[in-house]
Amino acid sequence: MLKYILLRLLTAIPVLFFVVLMTFVLVRLAPGGPFDAERAVPAQVLENLNKRYHLDDPMPVQFGNYVWNLLQGDFGPSYKYPSRTVTELIATGLPTTIELGFYALCFAAFLGIISGVFAALKPNSWQDYSFMSVAMIGICLPSFVLGPLMILLFGIQFEWLPVSGWDVSPGDKILPSITLGAAYAAYVARLTRGGMLEIMSQDYIRTARAKGVSRFNVVVHHALRGALMPVVAFAGPAAAGLLSGSFVVETIFQIPGLGRFYLQAAFNRDYTMILGTTIFFASLIIFFNFVADILQAWMNPKLRQSLGK
Amino acid sequence: MFKQLALLLAAGVLALSGCSEKSLTNVEYGNQNQILYIANGDEPQALDPHITTGAPDFHVISSMFEGLTALNPQTLELEPGAAASWELSDDLMTYTFHMQPEGRWSNGDPVTAQDFVYSWQRAMSPELANQYAYMMYFIEGAEAFGQGETTDFSTVGVKALDDKTLQVKLTAPTPYFLQILDHHTYYPVHPATIEKFGGMTARVSKWTLPGNLVSNNAFKLKHWELNKDIEVVPNEYYWDADVVKLKGIHFNPISQQQVEERAFRSGQVHLTFTPQMAIEKIATYDQNEPELIHKDPGYSNYFYIFNTTRKPFDDVRVRKALSYAIDRESLVKRVTKGGEVPAYHFVPPDPEGHQPKSYFTYDIEKAKALLAEAGFPNGEGFPAFDILYNTHDNHRKIALAIQQMWRTNLNIQANLTNQEWKVYLNTQQNKDYDVSRKAWIADYLDPSNFYDLLLSYGGNNDTGWKSAEYDALVEEAQHELDSTKRWALYEQANKILSDEMPIAPLYFMSDINLMRPNVKNWYGNVLQRHPYKTVYLENEAK
Repeated sequence: MLKYILLRLLTAIPVLFFVVLMTFVLVRLAPGGPFDAERAVPAQVLENLNKRYHLDDPMPVQFGNYVWNLLQGDFGPSYKYPSRTVTELIATGLPTTIELGFYALCFAAFLGIISGVFAALKPNSWQDYSFMSVAMIGICLPSFVLGPLMILLFGIQFEWLPVSGWDVSPGDKILPSITLGAAYAAYVARLTRGGMLEIMSQDYIRTARAKGVSRFNVVVHHALRGALMPVVAFAGPAAAGLLSGSFVVETIFQIPGLGRFYLQAAFNRDYTMILGTTIFFASLIIFFNFVADILQAWMNPKLRQSLGK
Repeated sequence: MFKQLALLLAAGVLALSGCSEKSLTNVEYGNQNQILYIANGDEPQALDPHITTGAPDFHVISSMFEGLTALNPQTLELEPGAAASWELSDDLMTYTFHMQPEGRWSNGDPVTAQDFVYSWQRAMSPELANQYAYMMYFIEGAEAFGQGETTDFSTVGVKALDDKTLQVKLTAPTPYFLQILDHHTYYPVHPATIEKFGGMTARVSKWTLPGNLVSNNAFKLKHWELNKDIEVVPNEYYWDADVVKLKGIHFNPISQQQVEERAFRSGQVHLTFTPQMAIEKIATYDQNEPELIHKDPGYSNYFYIFNTTRKPFDDVRVRKALSYAIDRESLVKRVTKGGEVPAYHFVPPDPEGHQPKSYFTYDIEKAKALLAEAGFPNGEGFPAFDILYNTHDNHRKIALAIQQMWRTNLNIQANLTNQEWKVYLNTQQNKDYDVSRKAWIADYLDPSNFYDLLLSYGGNNDTGWKSAEYDALVEEAQHELDSTKRWALYEQANKILSDEMPIAPLYFMSDINLMRPNVKNWYGNVLQRHPYKTVYLENEAK
């Protein structure tokens, strides 16, 4: 198991290096530079700007310097926001993104598991079809459609909830969390339903029921742990996806999270900010997948044994 | 089991109902406490007046910094700013400014003439890479210093005669110099603060962060959370602090038009600042709540540029035919709907100055004849070409309308090409386009803002069009002090533009804001100058 963990950690290094290299090359290939503006920047000023940020160095030198600074934990200055470094910007946006992702994950897990269990308990009934139809809509409906719809309904029509902002008025976290978590709730519902159906047909469940164990106890104590295995496997990518994929929701609801910085960095050609956030998100995705694998192994004795060999 | 589900759903609904409990909106809270909430369009790049370039930045910076002169928001006439008065020498090239006797920074230090000398040296320094440094090249020696040809600032015509007297020498008489002093590049910065946080030319500096920033206008920085909120509060040391009524201003960086409009509707902001409101929303407000929408004429224009280095647009007859075939009245009435004025000349009329003449109109027959003369009778043989615009729904709608006009009137096919902002800028600057949309908003009230744009050597002339005659006229007009002669020179330049048509003017833009009726002393003006010091909030009846 320890060997497996070490191996997974080591393989992350070349993956991250590849991410850095590819991002560096791609952002430089994109047309337009960080200082392009509607009012043309005078040549002399542009020269001074490039010199100041070492953008006049040959590309391999720039890359080498960037990696060297990166190894020392320095993501460099932001070109867009001269008073802040990339590290500061990430530190500014990250807590909000984590908070939003956490609420969305809780919502997805809560609604998804309950819906999946209820659907599985009455398979092929109208209740099952209803739950799964809603889940399918949740999966298909992108957040840039769902968000404005919820705003129109709960924000503008009923005036129940605020339509934008974060930590500025009561209830402003509800709509963004639901919008972000909806698709994941739908996935969790489908995974839970599948897991429950499989487990509920097992002999030990039949035995328990034959012994007169209540339906609640059968579901909660005997079936749920096994049924949630696929959900746990999905939790890692889901957590990474919620953190790295929140930029649409952050933009719709004007949430000052990291996703919004990421999006703005791309539009501004803020090279260091694009690289910094990409590396950060790539690290998150690798980390969460790693944690999910470890958790899965911990919950599944068969898998644990095979890794131990 | 389903009873349990129903109970759960009921609990959820109750939880939501709990959230429906009405708490105060920003607007309600602001009205009670004289705090103005503004949707500021975007997050400012910086709060440093010598680094910043964008309008959202200026909206915040202008609340905290004041130049030597200020503009009256109703009349745009010059008013005292950091300078209480000024004199001009007989040769019209030397200005002597007398600072406000009570002028103070937000930390209580007096605002001195030396502060301005330091600040302008900073703004011109090549090491700082101020993108607006060229705005100071009217001053003697400024260009040489700004271009790095000399490092001796004493060669620049800016001198502090004493603590309260500043002398500025220009290279040539410049009729609009006093107006330009209200531009952020000319704003002062607090020298001791700048030195404390990295020195005069440190671009990456912490001096603009809350707690560090020292400013000289009616407001000072209290709070700045990126992508969320900037809060300024009154500067008790401001020389004219008695007229300030607001207890604070919040600038919210709301970059999406739709979100901004929703924020306004739901009472999160008193007013919006986005220059391009969604077209369909304008009609809705016009119909339902006309008291909330404000359409003020701007000193700005929206136009299409032709790539004159590329066939068939190198032929003036083609350019004229395309321009004459655009129904501008219809465009502003049916497409843009924001109170824009159809443009039959490039430069917007200056309310009290230059009134350019129109030398053409919407004339389909003439357009057809010109196109035939150029070798494309009834549009036959005219190559399909692209209209380039940056991704935005309003630009797309305008391009669609013009595409249709050209198809119907001239039987030629234009295709629409939208590009992301930086790609679009790159394409335009590399002259890799056929026809492209462009807009220009003036920094100060003078036609030079626009005529300079099409100088052969102008950095913003992306048309490839060059005219020595035009250059000579515009250069002469720049320094002509007799306004009658000056307008005559510009009129000749205007005639050349109509004869050569490197651009097709479409309309003079409007500044469209949503604003609560209880925001007082906020006046629409063509430069969109909105000094906050006299703005206040009246108690709302409802």
